Amino acid sequence: MIDKQVASCAEAVADVFDGATVMIGGFGEAGSPIELIHALIDQGAKDLTVVNNNTGSGEVGLAALIKAERVSLMICSYPRTTNSTVFPELYRSGKTRLELVPQGTLAERIRAGGAGIPGFYTPTSVGTPLAEGKEHREFEGREYVLERGLRADFAFIKGRAADRYGNVVFNKTARNFAPIMATAGKRTFVQVAEVVEAGALDPEAIVTPGIFVQGVVHVPEPAHESELVARGVSYP
Amino acid sequence: MSSNPVGWSREEMAGRVALDIPDGSYVNLGIGIPELIARYVPEGREFIYHTENGLLGMGPSPEEGGGEPELINAGKKRVTALPGAAYFHHADSFVMIRGGHLDLCVLGALQVAANGDLANWSVGGPDAIPAVGGAMDLVAGVKAIYVVTQHVTKKGDPKLVEACSFPLTGRGIVNRVYTDLAVIDVTEEGFRLVELAPGVEEAEVREKTGAPLLPRLDPQPQAQPSR
Repeated sequence: MIDKQVASCAEAVADVFDGATVMIGGFGEAGSPIELIHALIDQGAKDLTVVNNNTGSGEVGLAALIKAERVSLMICSYPRTTNSTVFPELYRSGKTRLELVPQGTLAERIRAGGAGIPGFYTPTSVGTPLAEGKEHREFEGREYVLERGLRADFAFIKGRAADRYGNVVFNKTARNFAPIMATAGKRTFVQVAEVVEAGALDPEAIVTPGIFVQGVVHVPEPAHESELVARGVSYP
Repeated sequence: MSSNPVGWSREEMAGRVALDIPDGSYVNLGIGIPELIARYVPEGREFIYHTENGLLGMGPSPEEGGGEPELINAGKKRVTALPGAAYFHHADSFVMIRGGHLDLCVLGALQVAANGDLANWSVGGPDAIPAVGGAMDLVAGVKAIYVVTQHVTKKGDPKLVEACSFPLTGRGIVNRVYTDLAVIDVTEEGFRLVELAPGVEEAEVREKTGAPLLPRLDPQPQAQPSR
């Protein structure tokens, strides 16, 4: 019998190794798998390359992972956010490097990676500093830049509900990068507030089919980053 | 009554942009003055707002203290979803942007050049943390790009310039600029005045613009077309 449930966040992150590339879902706090990230901090893997749109806020979740100096390279589109105080310091000291990617290029790189596409041409960033050093090519009179697909050793994402096959549905704008990261992660773990019986999710409404998911962790009452930050929580 | 007796206030600039948006448009609004446009939809028109973090049919902010942490806009502020809204993931969201499906994007600017170049993401300082978000995707893919901005910086420097000195967001992509002083088109020949804000003289706009400003094309008397 297929049952992708794992007992805990600790079990979900157990195999992350030093130097791994890790995709972490979320756009700001929406969709941030805080409990999985905290388990990753406890687990101790370092020298990570982390892919996320932002760099977290306060000293919880992704920001706490960065603060613990586990992240050597951040691949993101917008590392400047309200209450994002941890990343600027480590960036300026050179402890965490930054690969800045336009948001749509980031999404398409992840999508392409998950689809087995090693590279693609886009007009985004042509003529800007972010296109410097990249291959350019003209199609039908317009200039494009070559961007590479992105894959990851692990993807950690957050959903609303899943079944034992790993079929996932999401909540509103917390969906954001999660479905594409699920496809690009060699091993994808999803934390969900609800685990339901197979068949309970409408097959027409499933957003991420279980083939893209290797593990499901039940986190019944996930924390919200803004609430932790407002309470002045610092992890660990 | 506006607090600024000459020219347009932020709200009036937003209202002026809204007048130019056709009924039924799919629109992405940037952070700042562009966000205000949603309050000024002209009577009888309906716009559908896209936010790049995965929502079409974005509604107004919830009441103070309301809303939910997983329903936010691209500025990470809480918003609402209107009846008929749709959620989608980031790749689909940027298919809408990069695939030319959105009709209009209204953005703020640091500088706009006479050839339509836009700089709005970085001042390029050595200690600045660079952050680009979706701006480069929007200007590369959306059918029309409007900029709404103060005409000059707080120090009084022109924001409409011959060539941008800040790092570019995109080349030759701005169609029209709305400032506190005027509406200006970016044309093949450069900036062209379209409309002056109330009480503003053309000479003042010209003086505060860092590139040549072509005069307004006088509206031609319109003969009633025969059908």
